[in-house]
Amino acid sequence: MELLSGADMLIRSLQDEGIEYIYGYPGGAALHIYDALFRQDKVKHILVRHEQAAVHMADGYARATGLPGTVLVTSGPGATNTITGIATAFMDSIPMVVLCGQVASTLIGEDAFQETDMIGVSRPVVKHNLSVRHPEEIPGIIRKAYYIAATGRPGPVVVDIPKDMTTPNERYEYVFPKKVKLRSYNPAIRGHAGQIKKAVDMLMAAKRPIIYAGGGVILGKATNQLTELVRTLGYPITNTLMGIGCYPASDKQHLGWLGMHGTYESNMAMHHSDLILCVGARFDDRVTNATEKFCPGARIVHIDIDPASISKTIDADVPIVGPVDAVLNEMITLVRESKEKPDADAIAAWWKQIEEWRAFHGMRYETSPDVIKPQEVVEALWKLTNGEAFVTSDVGQHQMFAAQYYKFDKPNRWINSGGLGTMGFGLPAAMGVKLTHPDDEVLCITGEGSIQMNIQELSTCKQYNLPVKIINLNNQALGMVKQWQDMNYESRHAESYMGSLPDFIKLAEAYGHKGVRIDKKEDLEPKLKEVLAMKDDLVFVDIYVDRFEHVYPMQVARGSMKDMWLSKTERV
Amino acid sequence: MRRIISVLLENEPGALSRVVGLFSQRNYNIETLTVAPTEDETLSRLTVTTTGSDRVIEQITKQLNKLIEVVKLVDLTEGSHIERELMLVKLKATGSQRAEIKRTVDIFRGQIVDVTSSVYTVQLAGNSEKLDGFIQAVGTSGVLEVVRSGVSGIARGEKVLSL
Ligand SMILES: Cc1ncc(C[n+]2csc(CCOP(=O)(O)OP(=O)(O)O)c2C)c(N)n1
Ligand SMILES: [Mg+2]
Repeated sequence: MELLSGADMLIRSLQDEGIEYIYGYPGGAALHIYDALFRQDKVKHILVRHEQAAVHMADGYARATGLPGTVLVTSGPGATNTITGIATAFMDSIPMVVLCGQVASTLIGEDAFQETDMIGVSRPVVKHNLSVRHPEEIPGIIRKAYYIAATGRPGPVVVDIPKDMTTPNERYEYVFPKKVKLRSYNPAIRGHAGQIKKAVDMLMAAKRPIIYAGGGVILGKATNQLTELVRTLGYPITNTLMGIGCYPASDKQHLGWLGMHGTYESNMAMHHSDLILCVGARFDDRVTNATEKFCPGARIVHIDIDPASISKTIDADVPIVGPVDAVLNEMITLVRESKEKPDADAIAAWWKQIEEWRAFHGMRYETSPDVIKPQEVVEALWKLTNGEAFVTSDVGQHQMFAAQYYKFDKPNRWINSGGLGTMGFGLPAAMGVKLTHPDDEVLCITGEGSIQMNIQELSTCKQYNLPVKIINLNNQALGMVKQWQDMNYESRHAESYMGSLPDFIKLAEAYGHKGVRIDKKEDLEPKLKEVLAMKDDLVFVDIYVDRFEHVYPMQVARGSMKDMWLSKTERV
Repeated sequence: MRRIISVLLENEPGALSRVVGLFSQRNYNIETLTVAPTEDETLSRLTVTTTGSDRVIEQITKQLNKLIEVVKLVDLTEGSHIERELMLVKLKATGSQRAEIKRTVDIFRGQIVDVTSSVYTVQLAGNSEKLDGFIQAVGTSGVLEVVRSGVSGIARGEKVLSL
């Protein structure tokens, strides 16, 4: 029998859970735990400069690897600083466990120093949260936390650990449970066979079908199944911002992504379709535009692991609750065995129409002889990295340009805060990726507004040698806000300018990194090449881009999917 | 439409606040809410009455089911069921009012459970409409205090909500 203190049990449980990295920041209530960390070397701790960044780092790691991330912080301000990161992970269903110190159980409720009700504060933004009430519970709670975080529809789980649960000289028997079983939590393991059959019949009968895939395909590790089904059917596919990479963007059946800033052809094809096969997406408002005008002629098959995502905003004709990989596997078999075959003439006519749409817009943008367009930067990066980089992003115009012009053929490489839209996500997420993918190119495509929300992490990058490339699409404004003000507020730019930008090059240098400024169009490619050749350096690339550029296409507010602005003057 | 949703919940600290939090967070109504442990002390039974369109009700049941501590639930209004609410009312009762109130209490099959020279305390059980009806019958001017338990419900016949 092995006797361990609560703190040692915690670290030992993390080891037994197979956790390699945790991201965190110490403080009083977590010090017993930090001491236990110090006395071992299996679990490595990364010290960030702000707890929010620890969560985004864990998040970036989780998105790139498909494994749950782990965060460790102290009580009170340490815990509350994680909330934005947790909410970011929650909205995008990212598996993660956040371990928070808490004041001693004897002090809870007394407004003790650094006491915050983290269970209460985090409740609306977690999949679940758990408190430790006795040190012996720790291994079981840790096991349960990871199990809940990583299964079903994944999400963040918070564990609140009062300081007296980790007291060094109080030892208990350590037993790491082999299995977790929860009578009240049983995610579906396969879809309903009858419903799947019905869906396949509808797919075979469709004349204008489209597959609409989301982040669930990536989270559910079903990109191979999806690709196989789509290729077997020969139907067009679009995906959400979160689904980027679930199907190769360079494939001709792929129409690009859809929604507010999606491609013309995706939005047109959705609107005119007669059958939508939705796989692991959730018909959110950035996709559907006005729900009452959504795809009037379409019947809808919706596959999701989360029943609550089905018929939430748009009614499904055929709901299928189950893990996407298992459901798609069954569909592939049925499609192959089906006596009915797709109506070749109808599908050919549908493709002809889609190709016309594709030719009509084709993600064109106006170039200029002397001003660098943000789109050009992303296209250049895509070329120079052979489309193989991990790209994290922040929130704003640069995010949309990155998603539009970097063509991802693989999953887990486009890493952005889609659901919450958290500025400040990009750099720490890139760090989380780089740490575990040291030989891969990791780009953080950001804006001068967003990067300043977690700029302190340049210091962490120095400490742990994380040579990410920061691509700052510097338009000297909170560009996306400004775009909305241009479009909806007669260009009254209320607080969307940042009049006092730092010298980012000097800033990078102050943290011990390299900085490169690009402000001439002819320098763009050569300098980017140089930057990418600096394998061992973090390079802050400050690129002065067109200050007046807007992101298009852009759906017209409260319209249908097909109502879009295609440029500042063209509306369809 | 009004619905009665009955939930079996892990009897753990914080479980109730998750249910209540869900309703406010997602802008669902709670009209009444009752909760108490069951014969199996690891479980609580919670009954909530709410209103909403069919889509909202479907979301409420799905979102409740998603809470890790919710073990099972049923929308009692989908089948025939029995609903009961308990009410205690203090009524001004002087002079001729006393006999009048007594008669009304009898008609509603209530009981006077406490008496002073000027006040009757009445206990009444039934569905919510019956309790409303009693208050109407005695007139709000005589009502000093009302406390209602909120609705509890159970399906009719052989259907049971258990593990
Ligand atoms: C934390 C946070 N605060 C505010 C916003 C609202 N917002 C969305 S985009 C944006 C502007 C971002 O500016 P920048 O990073 O320079 O990107 P750009 O749009 O100029 O490319 C703002 C303020 C947000 N998404 N996140
Ligand atoms: Mg900007």
